[in-house]
Order: sequence, then structure tokens, then C-alpha cells
Amino acid sequence: MSDLPNVPQTRRQLLMRIGAAAGSVAMYQAMTRLGHAAGTDFRGPPALTGTRKGSTVLVLGAGLAGMLAAYELRKAGYTVRILEYQNRSGGRNFTLRGGDTLAELGGAVQHVQFARGNYINPGPWRIPYHHQAILHYCKQFGVALEPFIEVNHNSLLHSSTTFGGVPQRYRDYMSDFTGYTAELLGKAIRQDKLDQPIGPDEKRDLLAAMHGWGLLDKNGNYVSSVSASFRRGFDKPLGGGPDGAPIPSKPLPRSDIMKSGLWEWLSFNMNYEMQTTMFQPVGGMDMIGKGFAKQVGDLVTHNVKVTKIHQDAGGVTVSFEDMGKNNAVSEAKADWCVCTIPLSVLSQIDIQVNPAMKAAIGAVPYASSVKVGLEFKRRFWEQDEQIYGGISFTDQPISQISYPSTGYFSDGRSVLLGGYMFGNAAYAFAGMTPEERVQAALDQGSKLHKQYRDEFLNGVGVAWSRMPWTLGCCGTWNEESRRTHYKALTEIDNRIVLAGEHASYVGCWQEGALLSSLSAITRLHQRAIGAA
Amino acid sequence: MRFLLPVLAASVLAGTMLPSRDARADAAANVAGGPITSHDGATLYRQLCQGCHMANAKGAVGAATIPALAGNPKLASGGYPVYVILNGYGAMPWFSGTLDDAQIAALVNYVRTNFGNHYTDGVKPEDVAAVRTPTPEMEK
Ligand SMILES: Cc1cc2nc3c(=O)[nH]c(=O)nc-3n(C[C@H](O)[C@H](O)[C@H](O)COP(=O)(O)OP(=O)(O)OC[C@H]3O[C@@H](n4cnc5c(N)ncnc54)[C@H](O)[C@@H]3O)c2cc1C
Ligand code: HEC
Repeated sequence: MSDLPNVPQTRRQLLMRIGAAAGSVAMYQAMTRLGHAAGTDFRGPPALTGTRKGSTVLVLGAGLAGMLAAYELRKAGYTVRILEYQNRSGGRNFTLRGGDTLAELGGAVQHVQFARGNYINPGPWRIPYHHQAILHYCKQFGVALEPFIEVNHNSLLHSSTTFGGVPQRYRDYMSDFTGYTAELLGKAIRQDKLDQPIGPDEKRDLLAAMHGWGLLDKNGNYVSSVSASFRRGFDKPLGGGPDGAPIPSKPLPRSDIMKSGLWEWLSFNMNYEMQTTMFQPVGGMDMIGKGFAKQVGDLVTHNVKVTKIHQDAGGVTVSFEDMGKNNAVSEAKADWCVCTIPLSVLSQIDIQVNPAMKAAIGAVPYASSVKVGLEFKRRFWEQDEQIYGGISFTDQPISQISYPSTGYFSDGRSVLLGGYMFGNAAYAFAGMTPEERVQAALDQGSKLHKQYRDEFLNGVGVAWSRMPWTLGCCGTWNEESRRTHYKALTEIDNRIVLAGEHASYVGCWQEGALLSSLSAITRLHQRAIGAA
Repeated sequence: MRFLLPVLAASVLAGTMLPSRDARADAAANVAGGPITSHDGATLYRQLCQGCHMANAKGAVGAATIPALAGNPKLASGGYPVYVILNGYGAMPWFSGTLDDAQIAALVNYVRTNFGNHYTDGVKPEDVAAVRTPTPEMEK
């Protein structure tokens, strides 16, 4: 081992060194950067004091942003009312179980047939460990969490056009991609073919890294070996007794490894927001919405469609249609308004705000997304293939198959996510009937799991662009619209402030909905008590 | 978006090899399904538009409205749908990064001569090219 470079230092050693060299400010900054003190921008629940007696707030939308605003503002002494279009609270946070019905724009109605206890989360389904606001409120409201398996080395990566269309184990692909890359780099380094000169020390360090990271042999080649097989698995596994010796496995062809482009999924899972540990609520994502609704459910008026939001020096007036009463139009008044209606809908509502905010509301198109839930007779992915949770990826439109992160080893029916798509694939699936979505997901999924057809029972296909109350998945900002419109969207206009995932930089995460809500109510409160 | 898709390297290295894709937080990369290659108006409508505007182009009403394209007087000028498809607005996405000029012309001509619309002044790819602005850069 003596020719190996220094073993990487522990973080503590590194910190001590920085601390000694540069004093404690640098130490703190380094610590934060290394992640000790960092999460999202959550600094704890707001402390809103000094509320004027009798102050009133209307909250529009009972998603997480709206319910959190209502919870914290009532706690601070405001009288709060929430107006919600749907007959339930939670917004995009919802779960489908057997017996549920789902109606979409265009008229199709799906009746979910899952067995008791089975469910699919059509919207949010996973929570990164650093989303500290949502995790904080889960704990506070008694929502139990369990691990969500994002990365499973035994899941599949599938390219229709390489490896003869045969899906490969994540583990095998990962090992071979890493090994071949290290081999090529190692050769370039050894032959001084990098287009940048490197000193002898760095050359030695890099070569050591390529060997250890890529599991190269002593000649710097990535070949079938025991050590590589301890990463990619053996052809004949390790056993006991006289025949216990394993047989190493052989790498896949290098050209296919590179051509397939499957490294993209490895890279996806390296993303900060996909890294372990991830969580999901026990029993379905809507446990969070229900947890919030337990706190503020008494404030919500359901089944009302907000159509007009006006304000003047005296207060805010919101007009809405009562869908339970033949769309009879009513008005509600308050001193202040927190509006969390998705911009896809709000852009069509008569809202009295300054022209810059109005322009911002219209400038954020919504992405489309489709999820398909499939129920099978048994957990064949576990029983036949030892896949316990995690995600398989494919270049077919369904994009991914995600296995349940709960209920392992149980007998009987089970539900997996048979497709989760965005972009063109989502547009195409949204344009199908629900039955066609399920059939297409079955056809494509069969390329990864031959058991699909035999084991299939029923399914549901959820197209977000057809959800009547959001017409899409989430707001899509681009650099230009962020520059031009974000500030105007998020600043208070007299008595109205907007909140929701669209009013955050943590777009399309529940965390973003909560952070935007906390920011909005904190600023609104300052204004209400005359401090800003 | 910075926190999203694993694609920085891809766009640098692979250039046009990988289709352009939307970026968003909880999204896996969007290579799936591949780029849109058809130049047939009816096919493009089915693949991209009917998920929202419906197969009969009658749109739908929920908390907000997806406008009907069937019998829609705003289609009298071909330039209007060209602009909307290129740039989007409200809940309507933009397709400038997805469709080329000829595809947009085929789509607009299809919509303007079907679903009870009878506008005979066809749109040409050059008309689309003339009003195309750069596709917005997604956040990294
Ligand atoms: C497919 C998908 C996957 C996702 N995955 C994840 C994930 O894994 N993890 C994660 O944390 N987040 C995820 N998200 C994002 C997350 O769901 C959202 O960021 C969050 O739920 C948004 O909350 P909100 O309060 O801003 O909006 P919403 O929950 O949409 O609340 C807005 C409310 O306004 C109501 N409303 C609309 N129009 C009107 C009207 N005219 N009058 C009255 N009320 C109205 C709606 O019915 C709704 O209840 C995902 C979203 C989708 C769609
Ligand atoms: C994600 C849903 C969605 C998709 C996909 C979509 N649209 Fe739209 N479209 C809308 C919505 C919603 C509006 C209205 C926006 C508003 O008024 O705020 C709209 C508006 C339009 C308009 C303007 C209509 C008018 O009366 O002003 C045209 C034209 C149009 N879309 C054409 C298309 C075409 C062609 C396609 C396919 C390439 C398409 N749309 C795809 C949702 C969608």
C-alpha cells in the first residue's frame, strides 16, 4: 500500500487544519459548505408577534403552502379562512387507493381497484433528507416517515438500442462504466497524453485513484476479476462447502457501455436532490396533507372556485362560485390575502395586482407529467429478481419503473409505479385514454420484466395536464423569466401575496411550497403590524 | 435548473445527440421517448396537443379553461397559433425547442383546417422562421 497516495483525510482532520490556518469564521464557512449546518433555507417556524386584534386573512388554496400559511397565521392571532376548489385538502399532495375515483378534464373517470393497503402517489412521492421544512412539519404533525429507496444497484437500466435491447443490472453498468473510464484515463495519464501538464505527484495520485476507483488490474486494464466482481457480482455467486468458490463475471462490451448513454441515470442519482437518505410517509404521501388538514381543516371551505380577487385601501374581496350550490357566486372579505393557486390557473383569474405581478403570473408555463400505477398479483420483482425498492430506468416513454419502498416480502397483490414521464412522453401519454396509458405502460414495462402480462391485475394512469385544478405538474422557470419576473411575482402587492412551489427556487418540491409560504406570511405579517 | 437534471455534461459533450429536454426538480431526465420527428399535422396534434386540448379539440373547463381550438375565431390569423405554439403563455407550454419550422407550420395548418375550422391560407415554414425567437434557456 505504500505507493498509494495519502488516504483521504477525515472531515474532522480537514476542518481542524482549516480552523488552525484561518480562524473560526473560515471554520464555520467550511463546516457549512461541507454540510453540517446546511439544509434548505429553513430557519425554523416563524415567530410572528404583535398581531393587531381582529386582523383577518383569506388563504386561497388548501395545498401545503396554503395550509401552512393558515396554521402559522392562526397561531399568530389572525382570523383565517381557506377557500379550496376541490372537495379535499392537500392539493398536489395526494394518494390513490382502492375505491378512489379520479376524474380528469375531458370527462374520463377512473375507479381505482387496488387491494386494501396498496396505493400509488401520483404527485409527490419522495423527500430528500435536506428538505428540513417539510421534515420539520412532518415531525410536528405526527406524520411517520420511512426510507424511500432511490438507488438500487440490483435494479435495471434499459436501452432499446444497445445490448440487443436486453436490460442490464445497474450494478453491472455502473461497474463497467467506471472501470472502462478509469482505464482510458489511466492510459492517457501514463502516456502523458492529457492536454495539460501534471506534476509527478499528481500523476501518481491520479493513477492510484484510477486503479482503486475503476478496479483496474496491475497493468491498468479493466478486465474480469475477483475484485471487479465484488462490485458487479459474480457469474457463480460465493457459496459454502467444497463448491463454494465463485466464478468472476465478465464486463459488458465497452462500446455498448458508452454508446447506450445509460450513464445518464447514474448521474441522475448523484444529484443532490436524489441522494440518500430519502423518505416517504408511511401509508402514502397524503398522510402529510392529512396531517396538515388535522391542524387547519376547520378553516377550509371546500368546493368553491375562486374567480376574482380584488383589493382596495380597505381590504381584499374574493369572489367565488359555490360548486355545491349551482355555482352561486359569493364574496369573502379580509384584511389580507395569501394566494397559493397555481399560476396555470391564476393566470386566468381576474386578480387586481400591479402590472408587473400580473405579467409574472402569466409568464410561467407548467410542465406536464404522467404517472401510471400498476397492480400485480405478486411481488415478482422481489420474489424472482431480488429487487427491493428503487428504480429501473428505460429509454422508452415510460422512463422508469419504481418498486414499492415498503411492505417487502409480503404475499399477495402489490402496486408499482409503471411509468413516470415528463416532456414529449408525458404529452403523448396525456393524450391517450386512461386504459391506453395503462396498456402502453404494460407493453413497455414487459421489455424489462417478462412477468408483466401474466401477473397484471389493474392500473391507473394520471395525467397532470388534465387535473382540473392545476392543468399541469409544476411551474417551469427559465433563466430569462426568472430574471424578468420572479421578484415581481413574490413581492407583496398592497394586501395580496402569492405563495406556492412556483414562488420558490425549490420548484416542484413540497419544500418549495413551504419555504415560499413561510417567506410570504413573514413579510405579510411585518406589513400588517406596520413594521414594513 | 441547477438541482435537476444530470445534463450539463450531456449538453456539452453530446451536443445535438441528446434531444433538448425540460428540466425540473423531481424529474428524471427526459430522453425517454426521443425527439419528435413527425412532420404530419395530425400526428403532431395527437402526440403533443390533445393531452390538453382533447382529441376533438373542444378543450375543457375546470378551475381554469383549456380553450377549444375547434371553431376558435382566434385562429383566423395563422400568425396567432404560430406565436402561441412557439412561446406559450399561462398554462400553455412553449414548443420552440421541440418543433422545427416545418413541424409548426404543419401543425397550424392541420388545426386551422380541421375541427370545424376552414381557413385556407396556409402557413409556411418561412412564416414560422420569421417570428421565431431563441428558445428560453432552462435553469441549470
Ligand atoms: C408528478 C409530480 C411529482 C412530484 N414529486 C415530488 C416529490 O417527489 N417530492 C416533493 O416534495 N414534491 C414533489 N412534487 C411537487 C409538490 O407536489 C408540489 O411542489 C407541492 O405539493 C405544491 O404545493 P402548493 O401548495 O404550492 O400547490 P397545490 O398543492 O397545487 O395547492 C394549490 C391548491 O389550490 C387549489 N385551487 C386551484 N384553483 C383554485 C381556485 N380557482 N379556487 C380555489 N382553489 C383553487 C387547488 O385545488 C390546490 O388544492 C411533485 C409534483 C408532481 C405534480
Ligand atoms: C399542458 C397543456 C397544453 C398543451 C400540451 C397544449 N396546450 Fe395549447 N393551451 C393550453 C392552455 C391552458 C391554453 C390557454 C392559456 C391561457 O389562456 O392562459 C392554451 C392555449 C392555446 C392556444 C390559444 C387559444 C386561444 O383561444 O387563445 C392555441 C392556439 C393552442 N393552445 C394550441 C396548442 C397546440 C397546437 C398544441 C400542441 C402543440 C398545444 N396547444 C398544446 C394548454 C395546452
